Amino acid sequence: MSEKQIDEISGVSTTGHEWDGIKELDNPMPRWWLIVYYATVVWAAAYVIAYPAWPLISKATTGLLGYSSRGEVRQELDAAQAAKADYVAGIRDKTVAQILADEKLRTFATAAGAAAFKVNCVQCHGSGAQGSPGYPNLNDDEWLWGGKPEDIHKTIAHGVRFAEDADTRVSEMPAFGGMLEPKQITDVATYVASLSGRAGDATPAVLSAGKEIFAQNCAACHGADGKGNRELGAPNLTDAIWFYGSSPEAIAQQIRAPKHGVMPAWSARLGDVTVKELAVYVHSLGGGE
Amino acid sequence: MFRKAACVFPEKRRVNSAPHAPDQQDWLLPAEPRSAGDAPWPSPAGVHIMRLAGVAVNAVGDMAMREASEVETFDATAVNSARVRQPLYAARKKIFPKRAEGRFRRFKWIVMLITLGVYYLTPWIRWNRGAFAPDQGVLVDLANRRFYFFPIEIWPQEFYFVAGLLIMAGFGLFLLTSTVGRAWCGYTCPQTVWVDLFLVVERAIEGERNARIKLDAAPWSANKLFRRIAKHAIWLLIAVLTGGAWIFYFADAPTLARELATGQAAPVAYMTIAILTGTTYVFGGLMREQVCTYMCPWPRIQAAMLDENSLTVTYNDWRGEPRSRHAKKAAAAGQVIGDCVDCNACVAVCPMGIDIRDGQQLECITCALCIDACDNVMDKIGKERGLISYATLAEYESNRLLATAGGASAIDPRRVRDASGRLSDKVATFHLKKLLRPRNLIYFAAWSAVGLGLIYALLTRERLQVNVLADRNPQYVVLSDGAIRNGFTVKLLNMIPEPRTFTVTLENLPGADMNVVGMDHPAGRSFSVEVEPDKLKTLKVFVRQPHDSIAGPKQSFRFVVQDTASHESAQYDATFESPMEPVR
Repeated sequence: MSEKQIDEISGVSTTGHEWDGIKELDNPMPRWWLIVYYATVVWAAAYVIAYPAWPLISKATTGLLGYSSRGEVRQELDAAQAAKADYVAGIRDKTVAQILADEKLRTFATAAGAAAFKVNCVQCHGSGAQGSPGYPNLNDDEWLWGGKPEDIHKTIAHGVRFAEDADTRVSEMPAFGGMLEPKQITDVATYVASLSGRAGDATPAVLSAGKEIFAQNCAACHGADGKGNRELGAPNLTDAIWFYGSSPEAIAQQIRAPKHGVMPAWSARLGDVTVKELAVYVHSLGGGE
Repeated sequence: MFRKAACVFPEKRRVNSAPHAPDQQDWLLPAEPRSAGDAPWPSPAGVHIMRLAGVAVNAVGDMAMREASEVETFDATAVNSARVRQPLYAARKKIFPKRAEGRFRRFKWIVMLITLGVYYLTPWIRWNRGAFAPDQGVLVDLANRRFYFFPIEIWPQEFYFVAGLLIMAGFGLFLLTSTVGRAWCGYTCPQTVWVDLFLVVERAIEGERNARIKLDAAPWSANKLFRRIAKHAIWLLIAVLTGGAWIFYFADAPTLARELATGQAAPVAYMTIAILTGTTYVFGGLMREQVCTYMCPWPRIQAAMLDENSLTVTYNDWRGEPRSRHAKKAAAAGQVIGDCVDCNACVAVCPMGIDIRDGQQLECITCALCIDACDNVMDKIGKERGLISYATLAEYESNRLLATAGGASAIDPRRVRDASGRLSDKVATFHLKKLLRPRNLIYFAAWSAVGLGLIYALLTRERLQVNVLADRNPQYVVLSDGAIRNGFTVKLLNMIPEPRTFTVTLENLPGADMNVVGMDHPAGRSFSVEVEPDKLKTLKVFVRQPHDSIAGPKQSFRFVVQDTASHESAQYDATFESPMEPVR
C-alpha cells in the first residue's frame, strides 16, 4: 500500500494499489453488484434454514426440506432397483438355459453376474476366472461337473464337498499312497501322463505296467480310456488341462495323497437370482456347453 | 486518444462529472459552450480543479463576514462532508436511447431479423432422415448422444468437429475484430440484439426518448403504472419465448411444444426455460449496457485484437472542432469553427449512453448508430457526411496531424479543406485494400485451414467402424484339445440411420476359427451380423487356433468388417496371444 493519490485524468482517488505502473481507481461499486451481494446473503440464510447446516453434538440440523445425501443415495438405489425389476423378475421365472436364449435377459444377467463374480468368486477363481492350481479355470471347455447351464447352476447353488448343503457335489479320490507300492504309483502316473503325450521318454515296460494298474484301480471312476466321468466328478485325464499340475511327478503326488478342494454353496447366501446370473456369466466365458 | 481511452476504468468520465445526485442527467444534457476548442473533451482535471475552486471561494466569502473577529480560519473540509462524500455504490444512470435512422440502423434491423429468425425458427425445420432417425434439422439429442445438423450426424467420438467449429469461431472473431473492430459487439452479439428488441418494445409503449425521460421523471400515475406493467409483461413474454426456443434444440420441437403446453414436459425443460427467461429479462431489459461494461470479458480482450489499422467508429475531431452551436454567428465574428454543431444527436442515440466525441472508449460497442445520427445532421446543414465515421486510428492520426499542422497548434479545420471548401485530397480516407494486410491474411488463412480440414474430415469420415478390445485377463485360454483361445470384444459401429448387415472375417492366423457368444452358428472364419440403425453392436468373439497351427506366442491378424450391401469396409489389426511354451 502506498498513499492515496488523486488520478489526474479521472479526478478519482486511487486505492493505493499499483501494478507495473497501473493504478486502481477507487470508484464506487455499481449498484447491481451490491444487489447481487445482498441476494447471496439472502440465499445463504435461506440455505441454512432449508438444508442441513449447523453441526450439533451428535448430528447436524436437518433443515426444513429434510434433505440428506444419504437419503438421496437411498432414493437412487431404489430407482435403480425399480428400473431393473422387470429383468430380475424375468430371471427369477426362467431357467438358466431360457435366460441364455433371451438376448436382453442374457445381456443383463451377464453384466449382473460379472459384478457378483467380482465380489464373491474372484478370491479363488481369479478376477478373469482364470483359476490357479486347485481352483479351476472357468474359461476353458473342461468341466469336472458339467458345462451345461443347469450343471453350472447346480454347482454354484450347492457347492462342491460343502458339508452344510445336502445336495452338494461330492467326489473323493482315495489316497493310493497306502494301497499301491511307490513304484506302482510312478508307473501309473507315467501312464496317465502319456495319455496326453506328456510321458517323455518313458519305456514301454513302464507304460504297460502303468496301464495295468490304471485298469485295476482307476478305470472305475476315470473310465477305461481315462476320459473321466462327470457324474462322479472324475476328471478327464487325456486332455491338455490339469487341475493340480501336468508333470508325472505332480500326477504321482495327486495319486499318493489327493487334494480335494471345497466350494461353498451360494444359493442360500446370494439368492437364486444372483446364482442364475453367475451361471449365465460363467457359461458366457467361453467354455459353456 | 487511443492510449488514454482503451486502458482506463470504464467509470472514469462519468465519475469525473459525477459527485451529484444519481438521477441528475447532466452528462446527457447539452454541454456548456466551450472556449477551448483544441481538445475533443474537456480536461477532467480542469473540471475537478474548478469544483475545488468553487469550494474555496465559498470559504473566502464566509471569512469576509467574520473579518472583524480576526479568528484564524482554515481551508479545511470534513472528509465525510456531504459535498465530498462518495457513495459506496453507484446507481445506474438511466439511458433513453433515441431511435436512429440511416444505413447502419437499417443494417442492424436486418441483422436482428436474421439472427432472431435463425434462433427461433431453426428447431422447427424438418429434415427427412428416414424411419430410423429424428426428422429435426438441427437437434442435440443428449439422451441418445447424437448431434444432427441437417445431413450431418455426429457421434460423441466425432466431437472434434464441434471443437473445430469453436476454433473457427475464435479465429473468425480475431479476423473480424482486426478488420472491422467490435462488429460482433455492435451487430450480432445476443446481448446487443435482445437489448435492441427490448428497446423496440420500450419505444412502442413509452414513446420516443423525450417521452420516456418525462415518463420516468413523472410521479406514479395510472398511466405510468399501466405502461410500465405492459412493458415488463411484454419483456417477460419475449424472455419466456427466448428460453422456450432454446430447449427445442434438444428435443423434437413439435412434441416438446405439445408436452410443454399440457404440462407433461420434463422438469429440466421448465427449469431451463425459467433460468433463460430470468437471464434474458434481467440482462436484456434491466441491466442492458451494464452487461457489456461490467460483466463481459470480451471488451477487455478485444483491445488486444485491435490495432491502428482496425476500423472503429471514430469522431473526426480534425474536421469537427472547434465545435459550436452558433456556427453562423461565430463565422460572422471571424472565429474558426469545425463541422460539429454540438447537437448531441450522437449521444442521444447511443445505447451505451456515451459520447463518441470523447474518443475510443471501452463502453463503445461500435453499433454505429451515432454515425447515422450525425450523418443526418450533416445532411441537414449541408456538410459532407462522415464527421463520425468508421475509420482506422492510422487515418485519424494522419488527419489530425494535418489539422494541427503536425501537432504544432490547436485543430484548425481549414487545414483539411481546400480553397473551394471541400475536404482536401490530403485527407486520408479508408480503402478496402487496407484490409489486405498480413495480420488479417494470417487470421483468414488459419480460419480457412481449420475450415477446409473440417470439410475434408467430414467428406472422408467412415460411417462403418470397428473397435476391438482383446481380453487381458486371461490373455489366452488352453482348451482341452490343446488349442488356444483368445477372447475379443468386437464393437461394430453402424453410423448411418439404416439397418445394415456386416460380415466379419478373420484374415491371417492359419487354421483359426471364431464363434460369437449368443449367436448360434458353427465356428468358422467368417460370420454375418445385423446391426440396428445408428447403433453400436458389441460382440464377444472367441478366436480359437489348433495347437499345431500356432506359429509363436504373438501372431498378428486382422478383423475385416464389410457391409454386405455397399461393400464399405473397415478393419482392425489384432494380436493372438499363446503361451511361451507349447502346450503339447
